[in-house]
Amino acid sequence: MAQVKEPDRSEGELPDPLEIPDLVPGCMAASKPYVAAPEFQKPLGFPGELVENWQEKAIEKMAELRGKYRSFRVFLDACVKCGACTDKCHYFLGTGDPKNMPVARQDLLRQVYRRHFTLAGKYLPWLVGARDLTEEVLDDWYSYFHQCSQCRRCSVYCPYGIDTAEISMAGREIMDSIGKGQKYSNEIIGKVLSIGNNLGLPKKALKATLEGLEEEVLEETGVPVKFPLDEKGADILLVAPSADYFAEPHVAGLIGYAKVFHQAGVTWTISSYGTEAANFGMFIGSYENMREIALRIRKAALDLGVKRLVFGECGHAWRAAYSFLNTLAGPFDFLDQRYPIPQHICEFTYDLMQAGKLKFDKSKNEHIRLTFHDSCNIARGSRLGNMPGGQFEIPRAILKATCNHFHDMPADTIKEGTLCCGGGGGLLTDELIEIRKKGAQPRMRALQQVAEEHGVTHMAAMCAICKAQFSKVLPMYGFDMEAIVSVHQMVSNAIVLDRVEGASQESEGGEE
Amino acid sequence: MDAYVLDSHTYEHDEEGYLKNLADWNKELAQLIAKDEKIELTPEHWEVVNFLRDYYEEYQVAPAIRILVKAMKKTFGPEKGDQKYLYQLFPYGPAKQACKIAGLPKPTGCV
Repeated sequence: MAQVKEPDRSEGELPDPLEIPDLVPGCMAASKPYVAAPEFQKPLGFPGELVENWQEKAIEKMAELRGKYRSFRVFLDACVKCGACTDKCHYFLGTGDPKNMPVARQDLLRQVYRRHFTLAGKYLPWLVGARDLTEEVLDDWYSYFHQCSQCRRCSVYCPYGIDTAEISMAGREIMDSIGKGQKYSNEIIGKVLSIGNNLGLPKKALKATLEGLEEEVLEETGVPVKFPLDEKGADILLVAPSADYFAEPHVAGLIGYAKVFHQAGVTWTISSYGTEAANFGMFIGSYENMREIALRIRKAALDLGVKRLVFGECGHAWRAAYSFLNTLAGPFDFLDQRYPIPQHICEFTYDLMQAGKLKFDKSKNEHIRLTFHDSCNIARGSRLGNMPGGQFEIPRAILKATCNHFHDMPADTIKEGTLCCGGGGGLLTDELIEIRKKGAQPRMRALQQVAEEHGVTHMAAMCAICKAQFSKVLPMYGFDMEAIVSVHQMVSNAIVLDRVEGASQESEGGEE
Repeated sequence: MDAYVLDSHTYEHDEEGYLKNLADWNKELAQLIAKDEKIELTPEHWEVVNFLRDYYEEYQVAPAIRILVKAMKKTFGPEKGDQKYLYQLFPYGPAKQACKIAGLPKPTGCV
């Protein structure tokens, strides 16, 4: 594949994270994920393989979406080709492939939409860039709608607020409906529906893992911090991404949540039925699958009789929970209405800090010079706390409380302008490693800058996908794979635990 | 469907080289899969592979990295009981690459 040409730089000069590359048309056309086999399509209600009359069916689906979602129509009708979005996508910046410009990605769908749903497109298609849905167009859809991590950075800069994430979700939904689904996302959704979580962890494995963590924390700290599973009548149901029970540095973050709950003096539990916070139904634009996944959380909360719902560190899970949980699986009138429904673990920890109930020994993180990667679905798709921008300030407040050395990356690469890790939106799969690596380039360059200027050694994140993606791509950019840490890993390192036994069994933390 | 061929037997695998039928696995096949992955199996590799298979049989899923690290530490001592050591053995990641060689399904999700 053609490579982006590096411009001349003076020796030692670091590249600008947002440097616009030379165009390399079509260089990523061959990048596409494995197509889902019938065994992964059918449980989700999709045809097993490409249906015979797929063109007709795809247009029918497009008509359905057009009727159902006002946003779909507005986004496809409103673009005036102003160009503001063209250099805002990390996959464009990393590859130089013009089809990774957000407007070009939208146009893949828009050209077919115009052909079938606008007067000019029906009669004068050549005049308005309208096209029939050919095999070639479908190929482009499959390649380039899987080179969008639905991070919504481009929508921040669009004067009309056109959200390319929704366009690529619609594109994937149409492809699923004609039998051309993506293996990675659809296999995972199937596991949530049959076992209860993305990883396919059965109760027995979950129990063994949690018991192992209890032992480990007791050994290390001398404090009996609990990791309860399916405990009826607990105050709080913790819903974390299942990677928190499997991968690193995710597990280190989970240990942090447990220590915070211990200090809060609340009772809490994990559910083996509604284990998963992630909701890949969103990635493929499938309302039905998104709802099925969300309903498992509702059922778990009801069955266990909890009063509160707290979500762990997972980016798109928080968007799905914060923005959609109530309409997908509400009303949650059976929960304690005095607390946010749902609440984020960072809000929980921050509230305790405000109430003066957490003590941190920052010297435990003295070896770390830290920066923070805002995860896109939290930065742009939701909020934390009750003040505007809380999603930016709360995690930073937690990190600064636990570590003496904190330095933000360049201002145009963080907060609402944050850059995707490169693996979001259903792209975190091995066969897409090239686009993942290239898409991570702007973030890695921003990290290189703070590493150079401030000696930053570690980057914290609060999303399971970001953590897994960075573990993989950091070494490709000269960093240590363990340079990525969980926000609650920093909390876990520094938190001072009370040694009173049974402290975790009192009801109500009063952290509000 | 793609397949490994060993002594005139064929063993189906998926797009990424993971065995379709877990019952197909045997030690010679593991050597063959490892060769495809450019890994020469040493006793240390076998320790991981065997641990993964035992764990899978008991729990129907691969173990968390932390559990694997702990098991290695117990058997080979602290200097071989960390994540980095496992990555030396299996450069593409102990969870995925070692599972492939052990004939187990690929761990899915945000990992």
